[in-house]
Amino acid sequence: MSATQGNDGNYSNDQWRVKVGLAEMLKGGVIMDVTNAEQARIAEEAGACAVMALERVPSDIRKEGGVARMASPKIIREIMNTVSIPVMAKVRIGHFAEAAVLEALQVDFIDESEVLTPADDENHVWKHDFKVPFVCGARNLGEALRRIAEGAAMIRTKGEAGSGNVVEAVRHMRTITGEMRRLTTLRGDELMHVAKELAAPLDLVREIARTGKLPVPNFSAGGIATPADAALVRHLGAESVFVGSGIFKSSDPEKRARAIVKATTHYQDAKAVLEASEELGEAMKGLDIRQIEEKDLLQTRGW
Amino acid sequence: MTVNQIFSDGQDVWEAWEFLKVGILAVQGDFDAHGAMLARMGVEHVFVRTPRDFDGVDAIILPGGESTTQWKFLVEEGLDKSLREHAARGGAIFGTCAGAILLAKEVSNPTQPSLGLSDIAVARNAYGRQLASEVRHEVTALSPAPIEMVFIRAPIIERTGPGVEVLASSAGKAVLVRQGRILIATFHPELTTDTTVHDYFMRMAGQPNGAGDRPAKTPAPSSAVPVERR
Repeated sequence: MSATQGNDGNYSNDQWRVKVGLAEMLKGGVIMDVTNAEQARIAEEAGACAVMALERVPSDIRKEGGVARMASPKIIREIMNTVSIPVMAKVRIGHFAEAAVLEALQVDFIDESEVLTPADDENHVWKHDFKVPFVCGARNLGEALRRIAEGAAMIRTKGEAGSGNVVEAVRHMRTITGEMRRLTTLRGDELMHVAKELAAPLDLVREIARTGKLPVPNFSAGGIATPADAALVRHLGAESVFVGSGIFKSSDPEKRARAIVKATTHYQDAKAVLEASEELGEAMKGLDIRQIEEKDLLQTRGW
Repeated sequence: MTVNQIFSDGQDVWEAWEFLKVGILAVQGDFDAHGAMLARMGVEHVFVRTPRDFDGVDAIILPGGESTTQWKFLVEEGLDKSLREHAARGGAIFGTCAGAILLAKEVSNPTQPSLGLSDIAVARNAYGRQLASEVRHEVTALSPAPIEMVFIRAPIIERTGPGVEVLASSAGKAVLVRQGRILIATFHPELTTDTTVHDYFMRMAGQPNGAGDRPAKTPAPSSAVPVERR
């Protein structure tokens, strides 16, 4: 990484293509939050296509409070040494020095995440400066396109992490896909105004108007707790899902992990989702979003 | 490809492969990218997630992705059996990256079960982690010009058996090989706009092989409404 933040963001260079390429490889799979090597092993056994290494799962971060930071390199390294699937890790929004540490550690993907306490109220990491690919959260199309312009090789909905409630992930996925559909119906001379409204770069707005989809894979995260939740967001356009607290906060993580993997792939087959939903034990308890105070919402971090 | 069957309605000419239906294993990975490539080439394709999806499929593509995840689905759904039967019928198979791992006889780093349909030994993630992923340009036996090869957490083919033909190498390692009706790439031609490797696979799949090969679909009769070339 250069300290000057000088890379001007070229979407056609080889570095960009291998970043998006890895994101393509993760499609149709489940990325699971894990806090130690043992959980990582369980996730891999269950069929996770990648794991996200972090110190505390979002529901514990929510409960315990305090500043949530990048996980300790020791834990991440142990996880990397335990599994053969890609290992992701989270950095605080805007904390490019944490990102540089993770790149030096050679993690496969970095999540610049609202689940951790933001390090910068205004600026996100300029992700083109890194060789390692980034995923970023978004609540709407404008936010997704700003992150892509900064170099995110994958977008995920923010949802409301640690809530065990899928309603926000659904809202964000419907918002993003709905805004994209609308763009495809507009005249070319209307797109500058849209770019202004979305606060997004015109070239990306024009690309969406042409293709109807994001130029990077679009995954879902934040509140997915059951196989049917995973199937729901897949139907709504998520190309893959992240499951955080939903697995290791349930009564039988191994079984639930396998079930969500199955439902994510076979989401169009209700019988398969039914099979996946049988005898799973208790899901995580979950929170009504309306009971969460505004200041405690994670999704409003970043812009 | 002179052995390829040619059909003509007097106006247009088709090759046998243009009538084939390709199944793309879609349990996890970059199946969409293969689908987009085949769509550009005008080839009919379906996504395969269960043995039922094999109906009417002439050739199969095993995409990139996570081979550990994919293998679990193959076993759970009985797709491993369907793939072995497909191979036994003489059906063509093309594996890229994770697909190469699924097809290999031996897998290391770490070891894992596989279909063992091709006499090669592969080491997983052998170039290193994502930071070692890169784009290279290499000449192949398929075309005079070098083609772009996107390597992502790629496996390395460490050994090829006597029946395996090496079609391209990079840095001294085989990266594109063929054994009979099976084509294997450790890179991702589906992540480029170059159709060279997929064209080769389709021609290979369209060749009669004498071992229970399915006949190509009958082309539309010339007297009917003009046939649009797919």
